[in-house]
Amino acid sequence: MKLSVNALNSFYGPAHILFDVELDVAEGEVVALLGRNGAGKSTTFRSIVGLVAQRSGRIVFEGRDVTREPTHAIVRAGLGYVPEDRRIFTDLTVEENLEVGRQPPRAGAPQWTRDKLFTLFPNLGEMRSRLGGRMSGGEQQMLTIARTLMGNPSLVLLDEPSEGLSPKIVEQMAHAILTMKKEGVSILVSEQNLHFARLISDRVSIIERGRICYRGTMEELEARPDIRDAHLAV
Amino acid sequence: MSFYVVQFLSGLASAASLFLVASGLSIIFGVTRIVNFAHGAFYMVGAYLAYTLTEQLAGTFGFWAGIVLAALAVAAIGVVVEMVLLRRIYRSPELFQLLATFGLTLMVEDLVVLIWGPDDLLGRRAPGMRGAIDIFGQNLPTYDVFLIVLGPLVLGLLWLLFRRTRWGILVRAATQDRDTVAALGVNQKWLFTSVFALGVFLAALGGALQIPRDAVNHTMDLRIIVDVFVVVVIGGLGSITGAFVAAVLVSELNAFGILVFPKISIVLIFLVMAVVLVVRPWGLFGKPEAPARQMPGLTVRPWRPLSVNERLAFLVLLIAAAALPLFAGNYVLTIGAEIAIFAIFAASLHFMMAVGGLASFGHAAYFGLGSYGVAMLAKFAGLPMVACLLLGPLMGLIGAVVFGWFCVRLSGVYFAMLTLAFAQIVWSIAFQWVEVTGGDNGMLGIWPDAWVATPATFYWLSLTVAALAVGGLRWLTFSPFGYALRAMRDSPLRSESVGIDGKRVQWAAFVVAGTVAALAGAMFVYLKGSVFPDNAGIALSVDALVMVLLGGVETVSGALVGAIVYKALAIWLVSYTELSKLVLGAIIVVMVVAFPKGLVGMWEVLQARYWPGATASGKARRAEVAE
Repeated sequence: MKLSVNALNSFYGPAHILFDVELDVAEGEVVALLGRNGAGKSTTFRSIVGLVAQRSGRIVFEGRDVTREPTHAIVRAGLGYVPEDRRIFTDLTVEENLEVGRQPPRAGAPQWTRDKLFTLFPNLGEMRSRLGGRMSGGEQQMLTIARTLMGNPSLVLLDEPSEGLSPKIVEQMAHAILTMKKEGVSILVSEQNLHFARLISDRVSIIERGRICYRGTMEELEARPDIRDAHLAV
Repeated sequence: MSFYVVQFLSGLASAASLFLVASGLSIIFGVTRIVNFAHGAFYMVGAYLAYTLTEQLAGTFGFWAGIVLAALAVAAIGVVVEMVLLRRIYRSPELFQLLATFGLTLMVEDLVVLIWGPDDLLGRRAPGMRGAIDIFGQNLPTYDVFLIVLGPLVLGLLWLLFRRTRWGILVRAATQDRDTVAALGVNQKWLFTSVFALGVFLAALGGALQIPRDAVNHTMDLRIIVDVFVVVVIGGLGSITGAFVAAVLVSELNAFGILVFPKISIVLIFLVMAVVLVVRPWGLFGKPEAPARQMPGLTVRPWRPLSVNERLAFLVLLIAAAALPLFAGNYVLTIGAEIAIFAIFAASLHFMMAVGGLASFGHAAYFGLGSYGVAMLAKFAGLPMVACLLLGPLMGLIGAVVFGWFCVRLSGVYFAMLTLAFAQIVWSIAFQWVEVTGGDNGMLGIWPDAWVATPATFYWLSLTVAALAVGGLRWLTFSPFGYALRAMRDSPLRSESVGIDGKRVQWAAFVVAGTVAALAGAMFVYLKGSVFPDNAGIALSVDALVMVLLGGVETVSGALVGAIVYKALAIWLVSYTELSKLVLGAIIVVMVVAFPKGLVGMWEVLQARYWPGATASGKARRAEVAE
């Protein structure tokens, strides 16, 4: 397994948010974590990269237990994280934003350069010295993914990449994610949009109220409209 | 005309050092969010070290090597301070950080006197720059020309550093969003350490470069830090360009203010600062801050009025305190009165901080106004003591009404800095308006009326006033006004949405706290028989803060305990050791790091852990402790 998460419990102050969450991602796989707003998707991701202080459980990345490691060390081990709210540095230009994400090349992970990323996201290439604060939501979403790829991760946590984007940009995003997969990046992606998840994922886990309540392949989920309606439909 | 040109250029030269120190403070604040009070101390140590090194190293090269080596050495000290102290308090509330670095400043002040002695030291003149150049018939020292060039040069170098290097880009990114920088694989710890080192280097360089212009002494830290606060607040915290522009502005105001308004030159700068803050609360070049960080968990324990038993216990304690004159001598009684007066002062600040969430760094202003109010009434109007005690604090009330109106418009660090600025205005008026206040010589010979002239009777009076003041503030805390105030502290937005006029409530609290502080100041005059500008000084403001913190910010009346312990400790220290500042500073630092909840807060935690059944809410407390 590339990444396995066992018995993950997380808390914000006295509030218990995640209950024994189990997840795994195999080499080269795209796994979707589906769930409604507030189900615990972002908390799961933030817990995996160590941004939630109060948590228990075990997180193993490439055979190494990273549960107790600080965020920057987990990320440097090759586990990239793309936050849901994008967190673009608005005072920095596109190129400077990419520079913040840059890490040395890593054995066993695809290597990304600025030019390669500008090919993947052509829009970014046209606005290299634009300030992050002056970009549209879709452009910012591309930049935040590109910024994480600059760290040459072997696995990326993508938190709701399609959220709030126009259909045309969503399509570009799906294309970009499939390219990343083809290059050899394993991906754990959270989504509310089943249609989008269908385009990109191999396997699916559904989270509700902080608990994983379903797991299977994309095809299996397609065959179970009852599950879909119970846990995902609005 | 030429005189004004030279005056202007000399102002520019003074701006150089100010800019170096201020930019260092700004850079550190940008990334670590710590307002480093110890920045003045680093500036001072830079000057002292440069003095020693330039004395030892000969020749032109030796002089400049000495300056740079001094700055580097201080930067190395800064690294140690960051790793040992600051890393422990990055997540603490701003006020704790200000206090911890202030404690450090106190320690350094005593240490430099230990090492270099208390006298002014005159440093070497810069080799090759001893002359002056002629500008339209007026002399401008060559060294000033060097400084005028140096300022923009450093600004340019810093600009390159932050725009053209990876380190600079990381620092700018961290200034905006630390967590995301970590989530991109950057080790924040070393980024913070290196930023702190750079900031301290700049401060120390600023100090080292002053030695050919000014004597080195052990009070230069507080002088510069107040100027630097003003500069970064005017320029905008976190902005280097802002620091440069504001440093020039402040230096020119100094240079010309002294010509136009020699009496109120200090006031002028603070007035400019107040105007800037009201028009642009985040400074000329700064950016509006995101809403202040909430501190979840700090005030989890619900406050409640005292139970009947607890009230009885307090009454017993009060009676016991009132019995003190039966077995204590005059010296102890005088100290007792002083402690009671400081309990009033601390309680007033505590009310503002704990209930109102308004952490003032200049509470001594109102203490001082109350003191001078009484002194003027007694001296110029010849009123009897009771009338003075009742009317004198009105001056503090008026001050709080005016200053408070400005202050409550701000929050967090900016609030703290503006309160400090207003306190400095009061202090400088007291200091400069010699005809009325007597300036540094103070106003003397104001003694209580015959009926409280003995230490015992004055002690009883102080105790009574203290009991009334503390009781009154407690009563206010649990009144609807107190609830509204706490609502504003915890969630300004929600309070406004249920119809609380938040700024007005905070303003009212500011005025209440200011008036009670003025009452303490008024009593203090009769205890000492005199009043001095120090009654409104920074040191006193910080004393009050330490008392509140020592008692515990999250408690209802912790300040009482804090005032008693701290004042007794301070008096004892001054009489037993020469190095009272060193010990006091160390106590402050240890307290902030080890006991952020204060003495009463710690007592409550221990109580909850070992006697969970002792109180009604014991169970809830235990749950919290376990968590």
